[in-house]
This record gives sequence, structure tokens and C-alpha cells, in this order.
Amino acid sequence: MQKLSKIEEIAQGVLAGDRRSIARAITIIENDAPEAKRLIAKIYPHTGKAHIIGLTGPGGSGKSTLIEKIVREYRRRDKTVGVVAVDPTSPFTGGAFLGDRIRMQELSTDEGVFIRSMATRNYPGGIAKATRDAVKILDAAGKDIVIVETVGAGQSEVEIIKVAETIVVIHAPGLGDDIQAIKAGLMEIADIFVVNKADRENAEKAVTDIQAMLQLNTKEKAWKPPVLKTIALTGEGVPQLIEKLEQHRTFLKKEKAEERSLLRAETELVEAIKEKAVNSIIEELKREGKFEEALQKIAARKIDPNSVAEELLHSKFKKAK
Amino acid sequence: MFEKEKVEEIKRERERWEKTTLPNWIRQCPECKSEFKNHSGILIKRVYTPEDIENLDYMRDLGFPGEYPFTRGLHATMYRGRLWTMRMFAGYGTAEDTNKRFKYLLSEGETGLSTAFDYPTIMGYDSDHPMARGEVGVCGVAISSLQDMEVLFNGIPLDKVTTSMTINGPAPILLAMYIAVGDKQGVPREKLGGTTQNDNLKEFFAQKLCIFPPKPSVKLTTDVIEYCARHLPKWNPVSISGYHIREAGATALQELAFTLYDGIAYVESTLERGLKVDDFAHRLSFFFASHNDFFEEIAKFRAARRLWARIMKERFHAKNPRSMWMRMHVQTSGCTLTAQQPLNNVVRTTIQALAAVLGGTQSLHTNSFDEALCLPTEEAVRVALRTQQIIAYESGVTNTVDPLGGSYYVEALTKEMEEKAMEYIQKIDDMGGAVAAIEKGFFQKEIADSAYRYQREVEEKKRIIVGVNEFAIEEEECPIELLRIDPKVEKEQIERLQKLKRERDNRKVKEILEKLHYAAEKEENLIPTIIEAVKAYATLGEITDVLRKVYGEYKELIVI
Amino acid sequence: MQSKRKIRVLIAKPGLDSHDRGAKVVARALRDAGMEVIYTGLRQTPEQIVETALQEDVDVIGLSILSGAHKALFPRIMELLKEKGLTDVMVFAGGIIPDEDVPEMKKLGIKEIFGPGTPTEKIIQFVLENAPKRA
Repeated sequence: MQKLSKIEEIAQGVLAGDRRSIARAITIIENDAPEAKRLIAKIYPHTGKAHIIGLTGPGGSGKSTLIEKIVREYRRRDKTVGVVAVDPTSPFTGGAFLGDRIRMQELSTDEGVFIRSMATRNYPGGIAKATRDAVKILDAAGKDIVIVETVGAGQSEVEIIKVAETIVVIHAPGLGDDIQAIKAGLMEIADIFVVNKADRENAEKAVTDIQAMLQLNTKEKAWKPPVLKTIALTGEGVPQLIEKLEQHRTFLKKEKAEERSLLRAETELVEAIKEKAVNSIIEELKREGKFEEALQKIAARKIDPNSVAEELLHSKFKKAK
Repeated sequence: MFEKEKVEEIKRERERWEKTTLPNWIRQCPECKSEFKNHSGILIKRVYTPEDIENLDYMRDLGFPGEYPFTRGLHATMYRGRLWTMRMFAGYGTAEDTNKRFKYLLSEGETGLSTAFDYPTIMGYDSDHPMARGEVGVCGVAISSLQDMEVLFNGIPLDKVTTSMTINGPAPILLAMYIAVGDKQGVPREKLGGTTQNDNLKEFFAQKLCIFPPKPSVKLTTDVIEYCARHLPKWNPVSISGYHIREAGATALQELAFTLYDGIAYVESTLERGLKVDDFAHRLSFFFASHNDFFEEIAKFRAARRLWARIMKERFHAKNPRSMWMRMHVQTSGCTLTAQQPLNNVVRTTIQALAAVLGGTQSLHTNSFDEALCLPTEEAVRVALRTQQIIAYESGVTNTVDPLGGSYYVEALTKEMEEKAMEYIQKIDDMGGAVAAIEKGFFQKEIADSAYRYQREVEEKKRIIVGVNEFAIEEEECPIELLRIDPKVEKEQIERLQKLKRERDNRKVKEILEKLHYAAEKEENLIPTIIEAVKAYATLGEITDVLRKVYGEYKELIVI
Repeated sequence: MQSKRKIRVLIAKPGLDSHDRGAKVVARALRDAGMEVIYTGLRQTPEQIVETALQEDVDVIGLSILSGAHKALFPRIMELLKEKGLTDVMVFAGGIIPDEDVPEMKKLGIKEIFGPGTPTEKIIQFVLENAPKRA
């Protein structure tokens, strides 16, 4: 009973915009504590108001510097901002170095900004789910804008960034690779492209290269992703970027807003069902001793994992009938 | 240098020795490591012979002291003619306190002044700035205006001493103040002698006292170099520093390579102003650390001289031999000193100082034994000074030039360091130069990795630190007195500063600051305008703020 | 299938001190020991440090300072932590802090001071044993 009231307290704090509660709530999500689901349940009805923006780009693209300028520009326009910065967990040590907020540190004492660093860990639902939940918390806490920042590396990057409604991909000239470096997955889902460090040589070329690749995309799109130029160090191009972000937001609200919402809901629901289903089936199999038995068989090469899975599930569902 | 047949014979004999004499010894007393490597990663052999330097050409690679490539020394007679400058870094509290310490050191026999500024001054903040809270006068002297500078040099004739100032971002401002004090004393500007550290590049990856981003920082450094080339012939506008790079965790090799590269960058930036290399290169000076690995350090200093001479001749086509001189100041290593059993540090400092002398330094600072605990007390700094004096007057090492020249080990090591440093230099060239490498985080990563490796070696006891991971004493009592800065200093400084701001001609200050803003935007050489500003008693913070507005502030790229 | 709880540590450099070799070595060591380390760079004000600790909901704060300004900055940091209700965060410090100042710092609530030469292994053990076990 006591635990429940703690969750109540935290949930209420989140809805009131209390920073400590927001921080504690995100920790609960990260740790995937049993209360996490109850917490989400309590705040979910209050989500859906924030504009969720995803920003990704390779190291050296000036992404963090750009985000700092973006946040400042939003603050100038009196919007409150939450930032979730995701960094990879070391597969060897399980630890992580979370350094994204360094470039935004001056903003930490701004009451209208909340910055949280998250490591990818080995989340059961995937880092994308944890990020999505952290975003929900910031959304429910009343932030007008929630920015998800992730590094352009690894497959999880694409999954993380899909959490966002507006996806911005940042590139910079002279990073050693050319536009091919923008991962295939990102090319398709990006809503806005930014070429940062636009005062460098080859900036124009980068812009035209991206535009050329976009032409190749034969799929008919209602929103044509623009390619913008910025100089994050000076802030040049940032107001125009904000304008585009706002435009995209308006576009989302008008066009296919419902369709997107349903698509999003479907993704989340399927994920949630999968997680619950898989967890409970495996728990049951373990209880029945069938799980351990199967592991032995597979290790001894008596039978392959797929066949084992089919066997086990077949008997499960037969029973359910 | 040796006859081919003789070297062949030695080779044969060595192989015989390795097959016969050596194995017996190893059986009785195995070597304590399977491989002996120094921290730079260079393999150290069991014994060195002429084989190891058979390709050394005496005239090409060593030469005579005072002649290209200067490996053996910059001057023909070195310490037989004149000892290195004993220049002890000092500064704390108010300008009065430091003025007293300066006079003490001069009376005890030091031959040049060296100024340590407090953190607020170094970062371009006045003593009354919020970021200065708790830091005023704590690890250097607080200088917020020309008024403080006048007190600092009160009773010290600037035509009789040379002064080094460890200041980087605000270097133009402190130099301007020094010039103003000299003007007041009636000393002609051509007679002013000293050094401003003014090496902004290394701040980005080593000392981390960066105020502005890389490009404007290099611009300010170059402003000072250009101004001095034209107006202050006895001033060393820059002390291209490896000390901080080393203290941040770099190896001796990295210290050598990165420092020389910074030098290359400044020569290039000054040439871009239209000056000829022989107009200014003779006043570039260098600053290295001296660490515990005795022979590695000596080899490093010799390699540095030869490498710089070659770079100036071959890369920059200098004609004047003085343009090829690598004049260096050395400081013994702070980070190798321990808080545990602090008197042991006297020994460490001695070994390091001796390496610097055998390496042919022009100027030397020896650390005090209480370095790891606090700022040096008078007693501690006196012992440090005596260390130099004992080496100079009692040890006999000064009786001949470059006594270790010709040592098979030292020459082999010198050559290897030179070659490996050239590899680094090529690599950085390929990256697009110093600023590009900084933005890519190249130096930072190299240093962070070396620092981490060092720490791992210490913790695994592969590297012994006496008194710390071996020969430690349980329950050690602190046997020495510590120097404490009176918190009154901050209060006094703030009051003095506020009084100054009330009493000066504020209209004039406003005008000159506007003029400075305009000059900065137009990318003029700012030194003349800054001299005007300090003479109007504009404060350090006010001047720096103008530059912050124009150049922006630097945000660190973190690489762990 | 819960994800293992991670210890979150903030390594902070208060004031103008620019020596970050130790802080970075410790940050790396803690990361290699499986912790999540937030390092916010040089020249942090007490306000920035505490606000970061709050937003990141850290379990531990490690303060690194070599400039001698700890006597002015640490009390302010500990005061702000109390004000913001972060009394369950464990705070340790390192750098150049004279032995004679240690009792005073501990009275402020700093759990341990690690002087120069402390092996990182010792710091790791200390954090593992003393990090608050919060739900």
C-alpha cells in the first residue's frame, strides 16, 4: 500500500511539473521497476500535448551544439523544453559515459528546461521503449517541446529516433564520409535534414547531395523533407530551423494526424502485448521445468531452437483451448 | 660515426655474449620484466652499443654546440659561460604578497621572475565576479587592473629583471599592463625583457583555461607575436608549452610532438600576417616538463632542439640561425610529486632538475616539496631554489657541454624520439593541422588514453610510486606547515576594485572599450588598443568581456 | 526480466580549477566498473552541479577540486543539496584538500575525501559499498 502512494505522489508531482518528481519518475522507468507500469498508467492520459522532436547525427556533426541553440531559441519564444539524451552502454562493462549535457550545461539552471541523460542499457523492451516512456513523462509534466537526442551509431539509433514525431538528421561536411554515411534507415524516415558547419568547404555540395538522394525516393510524400543549413557555433540558421519544425508540427496536426496516432498506438500496443506474453509464457515454462529441459536439449545439439519453440508453444496453446 | 668493420665485429661479439655470458646471468638472476618499455612505449634494450647509433653522423646529427642542428646545445659554451636562469614560479594572495615573495626570491639568488596568477585572472574575471568567489588569490596573484600590476612590481626595476607571466587567454592584457608599468618607470620599451606564455592552442587539450574558441584564440596569440616582433625586441611573445600537456597525462613523446606542432601552427599563423620567418622566429620560446625517467627526459630535450632546428630550416626556410634555436624553460613535474612523505619530493625534483640541466635548458623552475599539498611555503621554495644552486655549483655537471653526448643509449633514444615525433607531426598535418585535430578530439584522446594507462599501471603495481603504492607509511602525520591564503584577501581585493571603479574616468573607459570592440570586429591587432585601455584603468574583466562578446566563449569537447 | 539497477554518478568540477586529469580518470574507471557516469566538464557553479544532480537523479556525486577553493564552494554545494531535498545523495570528494580541512568537510556531509595517489579501485569499492540503495 505504501508503494502505491509513493507512485501516486510521484505521478502527481510529474503532472505538477515538479522537477524532482520528473527525475524520480524517469529513474523508475529506467529501472523498469514493477511500479513503472503503474506510473505510466497514471500519467498517460495527460500525454500527447508536446511536440516530440528527434535529433540524430554522427559524432563531429556539431549536434550537441546545435541542440543547445535550438533549446535557447525555443526558450526565447517562451516554450518549455525537455531533452532526453541517449548514449550507448558499453557492452563489455555495462557502464556508460553520459556526456551530452556538457554542451547544454548553462541551461541546467533554467527553470524551463529539463535535461536527462539515458544509457541504452539492456532494456527488456529495448531502449526505444524506455526513451518513449521518458518522453511521456516530460510530456505529461507539461513541456511544450521534448527533444530526443541520440548518436548516429548502431541500429538502436533508428529505433530510438522513431520515438519522435519530427525527425531531424544532422550532417556536416568533411566528416570523412559523404552522404552515404547517413544510414539507409534514417534517409527514409527523416523529416528535416540539416547541414551544420555550413561555413565549411563542401557545405553546398552536402546540401545538393542530400537533395539528389531525396529525389531518388520515388515514394510520394505529402511532406517534402527540406535541407537546411546551420552554423551551430553562431546560431545562424537556427530560427529558420525552428520555423520548419513548427511547420512540420502543423502539418502533422492536419494531415493524417489520426492515422499517425493509430499507427503509434498500434506499435506500442503490439510491443506491450509481446512483452507481457513472452514474459508470462517463459515464466510458466520455467515453473514447469520445461524451459531448462529445452535448454539442455538445444545445447546438446539434439534439437534446434526453432523446433523446440514450436513444440512448446504448440502444447501451450493446445492446452489453452 | 664508426667504421663498418668495427660495427660488424661488435655485432658478432654481442651475439656471442648473448649466447654465452648472458644466459648464465639470467639463470642466476632473471630480469624482473620480460620487456622494458618506457611510458612513451619505446623499447629499452639491455645494453646499447655502437650498433645502435651506427648511422649517426656527428656533423649532421650532433654538430658542435652553438651550431646547427644545435643538438648539443644552443650556445657554444653553455653553462661554462653562463648558467641557466633560475626562475621560480611565484604568486599568491594580493599583489603586495607576491611583490614580497618576488623580492625574497631575488634576494635568495633567483635570476628571473615568474608570475603565477589566480584562477579568476587567468579566466579573464575580475576579483569581484561571481565566478571568482572563493578563488581570489588562492593559487596565484589576483590582478584585476593596472593598479594591481603597479603594486606587483613596486620597487622592481623592469630594466634590471626579466619577467615570465604564465597567462594565456588574457595575455595581451597582462602584457599591456607590464608595458604600462615599464612606461611609468621610464624604461624604454625596447628594453623590456620577459615572456608571456600566450600559448592558447594547448589550452584546448591540456591546461583547459580556454576563454574563446580556437580561431580567435590563435588570432590573439599571433597579435602578441606580431606586436613584439615590431615593438618589443627583447620580449618572448609566446612560451610554446609541453608542460601542461605532460601533466594532463601525455607521454614524453606526445609532449614533444604536440608541443612542436603547436609551434608549427604559430609560425604558420604569423607568416600569414605577412611577416618573414626571420623577423619573429628567434623570439619563440618553449616550455617543457621534466619527469622521472631520467634518460628519456634528456633525450627528449636534445631531440626537441634538433627537431625544431630542422623544421625551421627545412619546412620554414629560416636563414638566421637564431630562428632555428629552441630556447626552452623547464619545470620539474608537479604531478609526480606525492602528498605522502612529502620530503621524498626533494629527491624527485633533484633528479628531474638534473635531467633538465643535462638536457641543456636555458631556464629552470624546480617545484617545492609541498606541491601536492598547497602553495609553497618560504622554506619549501628556498629548498627548491637551493636544489638548482647545488647542481650548478657543486655537482660539476656544468663543466662541459652536453656531457651525455655520444652515449650509445642517449643518442639512440634521442634519435628514436625524433623519428616518432615526426610521425605524429605528419599525422596531424594529414588531419589538417592543430585546430582541426583539436576539433576532432585527437590530442584529447591520446592524452586521456595515456593518463588512463598510467593510472592502471600504478594500480597494478607495474609502476611503483615510492610512498604511495610501495613503501607507504600507515597513519602518516602531516609533518610540514602549509601555506594558507587568508580569506581576507578576497574581501580586500573586491573593496580595492570597487574603489578604483568609482575613482577613475568612467567615460574614458567606456569610450576605449567601444573602440576595442570595433577593433576586434575589424580583426585589427588589438595590442595598442588594449594598452590604451589598461592605462585608462579599464579592468581585466571588462576588457575580456568585450572580447567575449565578439569572439564567443569556448565550450569544451570532452574526451575521457 | 528487469534491467539491473545502475549506480548513477555525477563527477563534477566546481569553480575555476582546470585540472581534469583525475576527474576524467575516475569517470572512466567508474564507467568501466559498470556505472553510469555523468561528467559535466569544467567550471561548474554549485547551482549547476546541484541542478544536474537533481535532473539526472544521481545516487552519488564526486567533487574534484585542486585549486584550494573547496572551503568556499563545498559548503554552498551541500547547502543547495539540502535545499533541493537531495539529502539521500552520497557525496565524496578528491583532489588537493589538506588533511586539516577534512573533518570540516565531513561535517558538512561529505562522506569521504580521497587525496592524491588514491587508487581508483579504492574509490570504486567505496562507491559500490556506499551508494544509497534506493527503490
